[in-house]
Amino acid sequence: MLELQRLTKTYATGDTALREVSLAVPRGQVVGLIGPSGAGKSTLIRCINRLVAPSGGRILLGDVDLAAVGRAELRRQRRRIGMIFQEYALVERLTVMENVLSGRLGYVPFWRSFTRRFPGRDIENAYRLLDRVGLLAHADKRADALSGGQRQRVGIARALAQEPALLLVDEPTASLDPKTSRQIMRLILEVCEERDLPAIVNIHDVPLAQQFMHRLVGLHAGEVVFDGATTALDETVLATIYGAEDWASSGREPAPERESEDTERHLAEVGR
Amino acid sequence: MNEATPAYPTHWRRPARMLHDRRWRWLVQASVLAYLVLALGSFDVEWARVMEGLSRAQRFAHGFLQPDFTSRWSDIRQGLIESLTMTLTATVVGVAISVPIGIGAARNLVSAWIYRCCRAIIAVSRSLQEIIVAIFLVAMFGFGPLAGFATLSFASIGFIAKLLADDIEEADPRQVEAIRATGAGWWQVLHYAIQPQVMPRLIGLSLYRLDINFRESAVIGIVGAGGIGATLNTAIDRYEYGSAGAILLIVIAIVMVAEYGSSYLRRFLQ
Repeated sequence: MLELQRLTKTYATGDTALREVSLAVPRGQVVGLIGPSGAGKSTLIRCINRLVAPSGGRILLGDVDLAAVGRAELRRQRRRIGMIFQEYALVERLTVMENVLSGRLGYVPFWRSFTRRFPGRDIENAYRLLDRVGLLAHADKRADALSGGQRQRVGIARALAQEPALLLVDEPTASLDPKTSRQIMRLILEVCEERDLPAIVNIHDVPLAQQFMHRLVGLHAGEVVFDGATTALDETVLATIYGAEDWASSGREPAPERESEDTERHLAEVGR
Repeated sequence: MNEATPAYPTHWRRPARMLHDRRWRWLVQASVLAYLVLALGSFDVEWARVMEGLSRAQRFAHGFLQPDFTSRWSDIRQGLIESLTMTLTATVVGVAISVPIGIGAARNLVSAWIYRCCRAIIAVSRSLQEIIVAIFLVAMFGFGPLAGFATLSFASIGFIAKLLADDIEEADPRQVEAIRATGAGWWQVLHYAIQPQVMPRLIGLSLYRLDINFRESAVIGIVGAGGIGATLNTAIDRYEYGSAGAILLIVIAIVMVAEYGSSYLRRFLQ
């Protein structure tokens, strides 16, 4: 359903964020994207809906190459791609309902969105989605009146309001407590299953990824270094993705080794 | 622990950010002080003139203590009505023109050349002080509140458009990104992602500008742009310090009312 072919991104500063990433995600599959900070996870996701312009490669959603479409067509294609953000990215001063309806912006002309006169079908659907994520009673509250978990549910409802063909999920649980994180992950998995949606989920919490994802892709310095089943993720693989570390031990970290000469030299400088 | 603990210092001072050498710091401080002393010494004060002025100041202060609201009341009323009309219309027109210019001057919304044009308009409006604009517009439109209205509208543009543009540039980019990701067009992004973030600030700025405009209307009246300033100028010219005192007290009262009113409204809007 989604296929990336040799996707490359080099920023204007010369930093290469992605090196020829190739990846295919079939319908209904939820792929977890793991890797250290700065590995290019966020860039990869943003290249797909072109919030970041890719510098090379093809992005096929169905049979459309998203990397090649023009501005008007890009707008139409973005409607098919729902995105869920780290720290929710709701418009905080708008109501919950307006946030969910903003998922329809690509489908309605400006004056209709300006006067808040969305088609009845969209409104009905928005209520249905709010009911689905358990926030029907909060529809008229301002988004910043909700708790973190509730806001992320609004974010999910907004993405689903687009009736997307693909979900992009960027660190959905980064600022949530462990219990709420699991509820949110479960909700994302459920809606993907209900709608047979493919999804790419950026996630830095490896145990959470192993618990929920169908498949894991490991990025390191802009390259795919692992692509396989969740069960195939072991210490060797973790070391290739994140670098060497004592993955199994949960004991006290040994005190960092230091050279006493080093300390003495620094102290001598301090006195000056 | 087989390693001996090294002797850590017990004294710490904040490292100097600039001018690392202590002697340089002394030198810079001493020369600033020397300059100040020399510069202050360059004003030659004519003590005789100051003495003469003191008696005038006394009469002025006296006028303040016994403000005369009645003998020129119809002039004062006329001036006040002119000033308030000019203030209100200039603020409304100024805001209406500032909003599109402010949007155009926000780097995160428009292309580079629109940005530069709008920033240039703002720079022109901000670099010309109200009095200079007023003198020019009085020459153009003649004496009276029309010149004042035009001056205040022009000055409001620089103020509101700049602060609005800066606020738009500081808007949370994640909210903007989220709306853009839904396939929203430029106008929709503006209306759904930017407007909710900057609206309280825009209303606050407009109210603030309203009371600046009122205060300025008292100043530009002196150069002939009508309003309470013209009345004040006439009163001072006629040595009617009682009436002048009354006018200044009214201006102070109105600015205070506007101040409290707008801060109350702003708190209500948050």
